[in-house]
Amino acid sequence: MRALLISKRTKVVLFLVCLIPLGGLTWRALHHGLGANPVEFIQLTTGRWTLRFLVLTLCITPFRKLLNLPDLIRFRRMLGLFAFFYVCLHFLTYLGPDQSFDLGAMWKDVAKRPFITVGFLGFLLLVPLAITSTAGWIRRLGGRRWRILHRAIYFAAIAGVIHFYWKVKSDVRSPLFYGALVAILLLWRLGDWFSRRRFVIAAKLSPEGARVDSAR
Amino acid sequence: MAARFSPPIGRRAIEGKPHHRHLEKQDLIRKATDLTHADVTPKSVYLDRRKFLGALGIAGATAMAGRSLFELATPAHAVLAGTKFSGLAKSPFSAAEKQNSYDDVTHYNNFYEFGTDKSDPAKNSKNFNTSNWTVSVEGEVAKPRKFTMDEILKVAPLEERIYRHRCVEAWSIVVPWIGFSFSNLVKLAEPTPKAQFVAFQSYYDPRQMPQGRWAGIEFPYVEGLRMDEAMNPLTLLCVGMYGESLPNQDGAPMRMVIPWKYGFKSIKSLVKIKFQQKIPPTTWNLAGPNEYGFYSNVNPNVDHPRWSQAKERRLGEIFKRSTLMFNGYGDQVASMYSGMDLKKNY
Repeated sequence: MRALLISKRTKVVLFLVCLIPLGGLTWRALHHGLGANPVEFIQLTTGRWTLRFLVLTLCITPFRKLLNLPDLIRFRRMLGLFAFFYVCLHFLTYLGPDQSFDLGAMWKDVAKRPFITVGFLGFLLLVPLAITSTAGWIRRLGGRRWRILHRAIYFAAIAGVIHFYWKVKSDVRSPLFYGALVAILLLWRLGDWFSRRRFVIAAKLSPEGARVDSAR
Repeated sequence: MAARFSPPIGRRAIEGKPHHRHLEKQDLIRKATDLTHADVTPKSVYLDRRKFLGALGIAGATAMAGRSLFELATPAHAVLAGTKFSGLAKSPFSAAEKQNSYDDVTHYNNFYEFGTDKSDPAKNSKNFNTSNWTVSVEGEVAKPRKFTMDEILKVAPLEERIYRHRCVEAWSIVVPWIGFSFSNLVKLAEPTPKAQFVAFQSYYDPRQMPQGRWAGIEFPYVEGLRMDEAMNPLTLLCVGMYGESLPNQDGAPMRMVIPWKYGFKSIKSLVKIKFQQKIPPTTWNLAGPNEYGFYSNVNPNVDHPRWSQAKERRLGEIFKRSTLMFNGYGDQVASMYSGMDLKKNY
């Protein structure tokens, strides 16, 4: 398993797999498969894939711990960057076909409509994360500060879910599904954080604590 | 199956001259620039129609296979999807705009009883049984009665009306509907002075529409109009489109079309028409009172709380175009709302 995870080929394969949604859209575009409202189809598809990649990115840490597969970390940056890639396409369908590339009109719309505001906020939150995703930036910021900055993904995912929920007219099953996934992944982190904290406190209080701690 | 019904309809439409008095009245209020009839049906529409008729053979065969022998042996008294209408009268209300393709109008539908995705109704309404259809006209009328589809088709000569159709979701289409002014039916029912509003109700059968339970709105779908709106000559009782009877996903076998209001006001698969004194409840208003009003007139100046109504995307176009007040039907309908605050009465 470990050999598979650290193989260079796995990364290449995953990269190509992440491009399948884009490939699907391209294929549909060339074969009249985008339906009666192609812009809307692309908008909905890229939006959904943004949420999916955000969820996948958030899965890495719990899966590393729960499945004891620390090497999964090798794919986290790529998944996060693909979330950013699809949100960029999503944003472009809004800026272009919806707002006719009129930045003034776009700002007005962003300010006026909560569902656009929250979606746009989520997009903005992902920009610094994409920029600082390189090894150089991790070094420059220092691990601790970099980790704090990258917690912004939690808020981006929440914003994405709210954006989707507010967009839907009445059938909220799909937004609730993504909401539940994000909630589970964030609650797991909260639980993990609490249990680690309790462990640290317990270690400080009990005389055996130090021994347990070093055993880890 | 198709041929059985078209000759009488055609004859009726041609013989329908004496009924045309209401057309003259319409002429007075028509705006010449906008509403000249496109005399020739675009070639693309004919081609689409042929393509559809070809596909219909297959669809028909599939549908028939699903029917019981009993039903096959019983003569159907309804107009089944795909029946062709001929000798349709043209309407001065028709818009001279490029029509959307039959394919667009039949594969991009909001018909939540059959699912909430735009592509769901085409898939899930295939076996929707509309034979032996009746619509009940009741309430504050001197002559309450039930109409069969055959009787509905005899109420007035059928016309083709090319209308702009604007959805509350900010997309629009241009559709050649077939039907007659709803006022023709109202006159037959002879409403009493107490009739201030008309309440409409859609068919709902959870067994035929199992996807409806996930829609997030209450069924049966209900809608309503003020009496003067119902009597406006633009208000269409619709039985077909593109020269044929209505496909299931577009509201077979009969629906309303109210072109100056958001699409959800144009109720599909109509089974009940009730005249009443009280303002009737309407489905989307019940689901979101601050988002969908009773009137729901197309109005670019009054936004939906969550999105703008200033622009719309005509299907087939990339960029959005400006939305017109009353969807461009102001000349015919604006007077009904004079003195009303349309921001409050959204």
